[in-house]
Parts: sequence; C-alpha cells; structure tokens
Amino acid sequence: MENLGALSLILAFCFSIYAIFGSVVGKWKQRPFLVKSAERAVIAQWALQTLASGFLVYALMTHDFRLSYVASHVNTAMPTLYKFTAWWGGQEGSLLLWSWILSCYSALVVWQNRKKFREMMPWVTATLMVTQAFFLLLIVYPLSPFEVLAVGKEIRAVPDGNGLNPLLQYWSMAIHPPTLYLGYVGFIVPFAFAMGSLITKQPGDAWIHTTRRWTLVTWLFQSMGILLGAGWAYAVLGWGGYWGWDPVENASLLPWITATAFLHSVMMQEKKGMMKVWNMVLVSATFFLCIFGTFLTRSGVVSSVHAFAQSPIGPYFATFLSIHIAATTWLILDRLGYLKSEAHLESVLSRESSFLFNNLILLASCFSILWGTMFPVISEAVTGEKISVDAPFFNRVNVPIGLFLLLLTGVGPLIAWRRSSFESLKKAFLWPTVGGVVLTGVLFGFGIRHFYALMSFALCAFVLITIAMEFVKGARAIASKTGQNLILAMVELTHRNTRRYGGYIVHVAIVMMFIGFTGAAFNKERTIEVGMGDKFTLGRYELKVASIEEGQNPNYSWGHAVVEVYQGGKMIDTLTPEQRLYSAGQGQQSSVVDIRRRLHEDLYLNFAGMQNGKAIIQAYIFPLVGWIWLGFAALIFGTLVCLVPSKIRYEFAKTKVMGVAPGVSQPKAVTGD
Amino acid sequence: MKPYVKFGLLTAVIIGTLAWLAVGGISETKSYYKEVAELKKMGDDVYTKRLRVAGDVAEGSVQRSGSEVRFLLKQNDLTIPVLYDSMDPLPDTFKGGAQAVAHGKMGRDGVFHANKIDAKCASKYEAKPGQKYQPPGQTAPPASDTKASF
Repeated sequence: MENLGALSLILAFCFSIYAIFGSVVGKWKQRPFLVKSAERAVIAQWALQTLASGFLVYALMTHDFRLSYVASHVNTAMPTLYKFTAWWGGQEGSLLLWSWILSCYSALVVWQNRKKFREMMPWVTATLMVTQAFFLLLIVYPLSPFEVLAVGKEIRAVPDGNGLNPLLQYWSMAIHPPTLYLGYVGFIVPFAFAMGSLITKQPGDAWIHTTRRWTLVTWLFQSMGILLGAGWAYAVLGWGGYWGWDPVENASLLPWITATAFLHSVMMQEKKGMMKVWNMVLVSATFFLCIFGTFLTRSGVVSSVHAFAQSPIGPYFATFLSIHIAATTWLILDRLGYLKSEAHLESVLSRESSFLFNNLILLASCFSILWGTMFPVISEAVTGEKISVDAPFFNRVNVPIGLFLLLLTGVGPLIAWRRSSFESLKKAFLWPTVGGVVLTGVLFGFGIRHFYALMSFALCAFVLITIAMEFVKGARAIASKTGQNLILAMVELTHRNTRRYGGYIVHVAIVMMFIGFTGAAFNKERTIEVGMGDKFTLGRYELKVASIEEGQNPNYSWGHAVVEVYQGGKMIDTLTPEQRLYSAGQGQQSSVVDIRRRLHEDLYLNFAGMQNGKAIIQAYIFPLVGWIWLGFAALIFGTLVCLVPSKIRYEFAKTKVMGVAPGVSQPKAVTGD
Repeated sequence: MKPYVKFGLLTAVIIGTLAWLAVGGISETKSYYKEVAELKKMGDDVYTKRLRVAGDVAEGSVQRSGSEVRFLLKQNDLTIPVLYDSMDPLPDTFKGGAQAVAHGKMGRDGVFHANKIDAKCASKYEAKPGQKYQPPGQTAPPASDTKASF
C-alpha cells in the first residue's frame, strides 16, 4: 500500500516532467498532439496524487503504525476528524497537501482552457508543471510521507503513535492550513498566465481578464487562512494575542500584502492601461513570496514558536527560488517593449496617484516585515551575530502604515480619475472629516489619550462615512428613477456594479478589523492565585472560583476551574477555563481558555494550574476584539459580492475620461484638460 | 513631468519617515541570540544588551511561586538561573527537558530576568534531520516536575 502511494508520487513526478517538455516542445515544433498529450499528463498526475493522498489518509485513519508519518502524528485515542487533519499535521503530509492542491488547480486550469488561449496555454502548463515537479521531487525523495519504520530490513510497526500536537487539535487549526494553502498555491495561476503572456508577447490584458477571478478567490482564501490562524492563536495559545509578528505569521502575511497591492493596481491596468510592468512584478513577487513563505515555514531557517522541524529542504527551495527569480526578471526586462504604459500620471490629486500611494505603502510594509523577519539571518551573515527584532519594531513601522492605508481607503475611491480639484474634494470629504473630528472630540472628552487609538477611531469614522455616502448617493439616484425604497435600491446598486460595491464592503470589513485592533490599546490583565470561593475583581467584573472539576477521556485527562462572573452583584455567566493532559507521547499539556465574547469586550480566562490548593487564574479584558472576527465575516461577504457578475457590463474605453459612464456614481469627473 | 516630481517628493518623504521609524525600531528592540555557553563568554557586555538565551530547561529545576517561575537553562554542563515574571502564561510546551529561548536581560545578581519564554518539545513532534522517530519506550521518561497533576 505504502509502495503504491510512493509509486504514484514517482509516476506523478514523471508525468509532470513530461508535461513540461511536451508542451514546450509541442509549442516550439508546432505539434498540437504533443501539447494535447502534455495537458492529459497534467490530468494524469492529478489523478495519481489524489490516489497517493487517499492512501495516506487511509493509513492515518486505520492507524497503520508501520508508517513513520502515521506513527508520529496519530494515535488510537484521537477523534476521527483529527486523524484526517493529521494529513497536514506534519512536514511530509503538508507538503503532499500543497502539491495535491497545486495539481487540482493545474488540472482545473487545463480543463477550463482546453479550447481557449491555444497560443499561451502550453507555456501556462509548463510554468505550472515546473513548480509541480519541484514539490513532487520534495515528497518523492527527501520527505516522503510513505516512509516505513524499519529495524534492519524488517518493517516494524509500533503499538501506538505519538498523536497530533494538542495545540493543533482545535477546529480552526484543522482548517487553517488547507485554507492558507488554497490561497497561496492558487496564486501560481495568475503567475503562470502572466508568464504565458510575457513569453508569447501577447499585448497586456488577456491574462488579467482571465485571472481576475482566480486572483480574488485566492486572495479570499489567503485572508481566511490568516484570520483563522489569528483566531486560533487568540483562542488556543492562552495569552489572548492574535498576532505576534512571529516569522511564520509574517511569512503568511507577506504574499497577502503584495496580492492586495496587485488587486488594486490591476484596476489601473484594466481602466487606464498603466502600470503593466509593475503588475508583472507584483504578481511574480506574490508567487515568490508564497514559495518563500512555504520555505520559511518548512525549513526552520528562522526559528519560530510554530516549532516546525529543521529539515534538509532549505537548499532545494533556495535553488528553485533563485532560478525562478532570475528567469522572471530576465523575461520581464526582455519584454519591456510590450508593456508600455498607455497613459500618464496627470496630477498628484487623482485616483491614479492614490493607487500608486496605496501600492507604495503596501510594499513598504511588506519590505519592513520581510526585513524584520530575516534580520537574524541578515545580521548573522554581516556581523556574525544573530540579532532579532521584536514585535515593537513591527508595530512601530506598521501601525503608521496601517493608519495611512486606512486614510487611503476612505480617500481613494472618491477622488476622480486623472485629476481632482480641491473644490470637489472639499465637497466629498466635508462630512466624513467632520464625523472623524467630532468622534475624536467625544473620545477625548471620555478621557482617551492614546494618540494612535484616537487617530484610528477618527479614521474609521471618516472611512465609514465616505462609504455610507457612496451607497446612499447611488441608491438615491436609483430610487428616484425606479421608486424602490432605499434598501432595495442599495441592493440594486450593488448588483449593477458588484466589483465596486463589493469592494466597498471589503473596505468596511477592514475598518471593522481596525476597530478591533485598536481595542488592544485598552487591554487589562491580572494574574492571581485564588482559593475556592474567593472573589477578585477585574474591570467591572467580579470573579469567583467556585470549584475545580476533573475528568478523563481516552485522548486526555482534564481539570477545569468553574469561575462565576458577577457584575453589579449579579451573576451573569460561568466560565470554565481548562487544563488538559494528553495521554499520548510524553504527556503533552494544553490549556483551553474560556472566553465570554461580547462586542464591546471579551472576558478571557486562562487556568494556569494549582498551587498550594489555590487556583492560578490569568484574567484578561480585551476590548473590541470581537470586531476583528465580525470584520472577517464581512470580508468574506464582500469578496463574494465582488465575485457575482455585474448586472450591467461597463465597457471602459481605455485612456478616455473615466467616471462619467451612466449609472456609475463617481464623484463628478473633471472633464477636459 | 511635474506630477511625477511631486509624486517623487511625497514618496521620498513617506519612505524617509518609515525608514526613520524602522531604524529607531531596530536599535530599540534588537536582541542578541546566544546559547548558554556563548552567554558565559560575553563578559560585561552581557548586562547591557537585550538577549535571547537558548538552552534546555533543566529537569527538576522548575519552581513556581505566584506568577514567578524560576528554572535553570542548561547547555551540556553549563547552567544559567532564569527568573520569569510576567503576566503572560508560559507556553504549554514549557517543561523540564524542553528546548527553550528566554527573552530578557542579564541581571547583576547573575540571574537572567526573562519577560518572554518560547519553548518547544521539537523531538516529540518532528524528528531532527538525520534523526528518525523513535518508538515510545526508547525515549526519555515523561518529565514530571511541572504542573502535570491531572
């Protein structure tokens, strides 16, 4: 069985190599049957990888402890769900998942475009398969998931396995890796189309139109993956943080940032024919950062609390990345002539320039995070000493960046294309500015003095008002024509131009998250040893440890503190933070916090154990943190809205004056030069 | 070309500000990664720099009182006493025998004052390169010096 699994992977590797040569040679020598056979090879290697994955999952579910991977990541006591998720619980398995997802995407691309883009497709296939072959090579040779435990020549099973890391036995951690992978692996498709269009010297935009949806969907998965990870850290790691600027977290954020920049700058190319080179650079950078992130997580080059293994795959990735970067750079430079901009920047006060600043700032943030993450490696190479920077470094640079981006979120969509006058700006931004200033005044009056917090709340109000005004203005125009009420008119408005208004919803989601982030400026915390029946206070809450309960199941034994929560003398809730001792391995300990989630603040309790008959309770109040998760939901909704086809298709004539197309509620564009 | 000049100037201002913030951020938060043995050789430098010390938590050395935790960080036969006193709970992976990194400063009293501890039992979940999974029974006996009472 494990032999069949390993064999399918080897065959899949051969097919992917064949697909590379088949499509390149077929295109070169004009042999359509070769190109066709290469595409079939893509489907075949997908089928083979699916088979191999099936074998691995079957082995995990049936406790085949002869396999090293199974013995390390599963035990008999684990719930069935986590036996399945153990597929990506370790190095080898998660690389297999990565590779399998890539094969799914590749097969889908080949099938979707079987009659389209005949010129470009062979190169798209080849680009996809180069990466595919690389990942298959990793799981065929240095990190096979099908390795058996053997003593001498005899294969020997162990009686029970190690079990999955208890920290990973949590619902959002079960789906976090596949979601993230769906996002990161998916970005290879826009990259492959970009390369295809560069190689075949196709003028600008075909690749952008075909990959628009891919880009959005993968961006959605990336966002979901990152936020699921943050939610997991918050609910499981026990210190209430959702983001610690850990190298692995940073690795997942980097491609997201460049992807976000790409989503914005791509509009410049679609509507104005500008920034073509830049978009090529962004899409390639995103792809490289996805690979780089996988490398960082999987190679242990920067040590991290995520505690992935040190492994021998570092040099493989380094080679793969350098060859790719060199080839892409050469290709872009060589094809510069085909990527000429069709329009020029006319004014600093224009939509174009707000997009440029958006990109600049996102890239600056990306660079600072990359620099901070790699600082130990860089400093060791330069000075011989390993120097790390901490969370305060990242916050210091990225908090102002975040606030500036928030400002652009409000300003950008309202500025006209080409150029804008101060008069029109005054009109558009009067009420949002008033709103922001009033809110700051009120908060200041309530005694809030934290500079960044005040600024963030003011900007949140500013952005929300601009977006609300956009919706109301557009909806009114529709309502006056059709006689619908305002709410229905808003739905109609959104449906008419889903990308625009879906985008606004995503912007609202970002504002909601910023509200949540800002709450962190007001966290309260307390660690205390309390006897049974004793009370202590935190903020407006009175907390009483009523009793300690204990129990056991095959997977772990547990003990939890029953903490009664009082407010104003009345009991409002009971929380039960828990400690678990997993039976597997060496008795891994795990705390399970209990959280009373409310929109204005979370009460967060961690039970740190017993000391001289007293319970050690770590109690925290996290104001507004719930808005992050609410923003998460809004982000998914907004992105889905963007994916719905617009009811009315706008034909944008390139380089003509934008913003006056009927029904588009742009602020009045300044026409004429 | 005028818009491009203006745009360039604004860009320069933004990048300049961020670079200034970044440089300040680095010099304020940079900390030196040392193993226990390296730390011992640092001389007087040891008291002024922010440090991250890596080693193994010595078995049986973990003592808790209130929110304070004291333990020995060791590498081969060298050890350093560590005092951890912070609001944040220690990671679940922290226990005797675990690999740990203590973030903090060396006190003149010879005790390392840590404000953050990372720990991992790497050996358990993932084999190191060149070292494969060992069936249970051949590994070290379970550590029992921590709060494992349930």
